[in-house]
Amino acid sequence: MESHAHPNRLGIRGWVGGGRWGFERYLYTLHRITGLGLLTYFLLHIFVTSARVFGKGAWETAMSAVSGPAFKAGEYLVFAAFAFHAVNGVRLALIELGFAVGRPIEPIYPYATSVGRQRPLAIAVMLIAGVLAVWGGYNFFFMD
Amino acid sequence: MRDRTLWTWHIFAGAVILVFLGLHMTIMHLNGTFPTFNNPFGGEAESWQNVAARARNLFFTVTYVVMLGAALYHGLFGLRNILLELDPGAGLRRSINVALSVLGLALFAFGAWVAATAPGVVSRMGG
Repeated sequence: MESHAHPNRLGIRGWVGGGRWGFERYLYTLHRITGLGLLTYFLLHIFVTSARVFGKGAWETAMSAVSGPAFKAGEYLVFAAFAFHAVNGVRLALIELGFAVGRPIEPIYPYATSVGRQRPLAIAVMLIAGVLAVWGGYNFFFMD
Repeated sequence: MRDRTLWTWHIFAGAVILVFLGLHMTIMHLNGTFPTFNNPFGGEAESWQNVAARARNLFFTVTYVVMLGAALYHGLFGLRNILLELDPGAGLRRSINVALSVLGLALFAFGAWVAATAPGVVSRMGG
């Protein structure tokens, strides 16, 4: 969102550093890194796959240009990044809509934090992302 | 447009991507588990026969364009939010908005043209 009310005084360090914040803050950093990686891949993907408009020969030339072990490993990273970004995105949307954060309570000292309420969801989505990454890896490297 | 509206569209685009990119990933990369799921010729999902077969299916043509638009919006709006966190001045902020909008629209036009005119699509429409 626009940041004029709360400027990022740390600059780029503020993008990636979790500081003393918890597990979810590092999920935020990883969400950002995977998002930028997926966007970069996607912009290149638009151009590479546009070869199909020129027919079979152009398509096969384009596909052979992006084949080999390095590209396969890179594609797997894209798959794993998608798995993480997708399930973590679902978590973020659920929390933004008010799910899994507990009911509002009066702010009476010692103050309760909602982080403990959110943590099971964070752990669950990471387990799902892990299962998807392993499933994808098995398909990429043992079944393809 | 207000940022709140743009943010709502960002989340909505994310949901669209979740469905269609999930389907795309399943077809392209989980083809070991689902060998003939929209890969009618089997084997590599990116082989020309399978690509052309999917191009002949209107469902794929339409969903490629929808996914293209949703992914460009979601990705470029996300990039805009990251850049605006550095709190640029009004002029630079406007430049970022214009540059990302033009880039998104240009790539959408190009990608939609590819999806609509690829060989299988053209032959199905009698071109």
